[in-house]
Amino acid sequence: MSPREKAGRYLLLCLVLVITVGPFLWQLSTSLKGLSEDIYTDTPSFLPTDPTLANYTRVGEQIPVWDYAVNSLIVAVIVVAGNAFGATLAGFALARLRFRGVKLVFALILATLVLPGEVTIISQYVTVRSLGFADTLIGVALPGTVAMLNILLMRAAFQAIPSEMDDSAVVDGANAWQRLIRVGLPNVKGMLSVVTIFAFIGAWDDFLWPLIVLNDPDNYTLTVGLQYLDGTFTANPRVIAAGTMIAFIPIVIVFAVLQRFFFRGVASGAIKG
Amino acid sequence: MRRQRWFTPWLLIAPAVVWLLVFNLWPSINTVVLAFTDAKPLGGGQFTGLANAERMLDDEQLSYALINCIVYLLVCLPLLTLLPLLIAVLAEKNLPGITFFRTAFYTPVIASAVVVALIWNWLLDDRGAINGIAQQLSLLQKPLPFLTDRWLLLLSAISLTVWKGLGYYMIIYLSALGNVRRELHEAAAIDGAGAVRRFVSVTIPGVRNTMLLVTVLITVSAMRIFSELYVLAGPTGGPGGRDMSMVMLIQLYSRGFTGNLGYASALSVLLFLITIGPMLLLLRFNRRTAES
Repeated sequence: MSPREKAGRYLLLCLVLVITVGPFLWQLSTSLKGLSEDIYTDTPSFLPTDPTLANYTRVGEQIPVWDYAVNSLIVAVIVVAGNAFGATLAGFALARLRFRGVKLVFALILATLVLPGEVTIISQYVTVRSLGFADTLIGVALPGTVAMLNILLMRAAFQAIPSEMDDSAVVDGANAWQRLIRVGLPNVKGMLSVVTIFAFIGAWDDFLWPLIVLNDPDNYTLTVGLQYLDGTFTANPRVIAAGTMIAFIPIVIVFAVLQRFFFRGVASGAIKG
Repeated sequence: MRRQRWFTPWLLIAPAVVWLLVFNLWPSINTVVLAFTDAKPLGGGQFTGLANAERMLDDEQLSYALINCIVYLLVCLPLLTLLPLLIAVLAEKNLPGITFFRTAFYTPVIASAVVVALIWNWLLDDRGAINGIAQQLSLLQKPLPFLTDRWLLLLSAISLTVWKGLGYYMIIYLSALGNVRRELHEAAAIDGAGAVRRFVSVTIPGVRNTMLLVTVLITVSAMRIFSELYVLAGPTGGPGGRDMSMVMLIQLYSRGFTGNLGYASALSVLLFLITIGPMLLLLRFNRRTAES
């Protein structure tokens, strides 16, 4: 590549960088600007002239944003644990064990994929309510705790293990559990981390479902609570900016820490056309 | 060799089957059943036959929602099919620091739609950054009402969606570009084809299947649009409810004491009928991928 082409590429990359990340930085900057700083002038300065964390305490005074964050975390932990556990076990059984009904179960799981979640959301709410979980965090977490798509992803990962490895374990007298733990798990770590990351992001970011399930403001998750912040209390963009950053930063940290696994998982065929 | 006990597989698959039955199959059946009733959020409801379907025919908000979804789709489709491909081509070469760029481009995807919409709210506000800069550069005399005018509001939601989708579709294209044969590019280059020419006659044919997958994904997601419009336009769907989306409407009818679960379910069935075609196509893609 000629130096000129290289420079051109970096220039374009930086342009896309500004477009994709710029709005987040702008919001971060707004969240750090004090009351004395005019954010409404025609040319608001990008960097806060006198950075302050006051908006982060102020958002906590207006809505219980830290409680909401804890609520979101509780939901996310249940969903992640449920998927890591349920999708792994089911994926292993579907890929590696032979039993009556395996085809039917697989077909039904596949069939649910043609249903966008929004289609069944009302009946899901009716179901969750009749189970007694309306307006609870468990109710928010429950339907997504074993996601059908994740079962299929784990099934595909278990299927990719060479059958010789599995066969020799069978010959050695290993039962299903031993095969799952000794042969299966070490070979599906990549997919398991992809499932985990997506389960966490999905649960933390979800809006429509918790909006339908939750009524009591005490139980709000962050996304629902933030919406409330924008609507009811304040017209101060600095405070709203601080609230959005509280919802955004944890997910960025999770993603930054785990992105190696994520991109590797994608490259190894999680999404391929 | 020890025989596998018959119940072991069922033990492993039990949680999945319970979830399948309770949270997937039963709600699907119940949605269809409720669609023929006038059930209320607090329970009860009578069988009303096709009354809900008739009601749809002269539901003004529903026609707004459908028009919005179609406009949404028509504008998003070309932009989100092409822009992420261009970005993927740009981010494909293994330059130093390229992982940083790829990861950064993906950030909007992992952010919650609510967070993104709140950020854009502030960017698009009458006194926000975009109006501010445009006025500063004398491109505008007075601020454009991005968040209160019907079509501008829709346009705002569309640009937000495109912006948030860039990284997502870029990743899909990146894995497809890996399969485009390098020799073809080199051969074309030797034949004197410039970058544009090679993009059109080598890259695009090479990722044609992926482009088709992307258009299906975009079509389905355009029909499911909710959070962006809900946050930008407000819970009632903007001025006069004219920025309604189908999912917003479903959500609206299912809440509160005056809600109508029956009608919301009928709308859900309509949404299903609209998305079933693209969804089946998507499923075929997934299956082919899972098999290969």
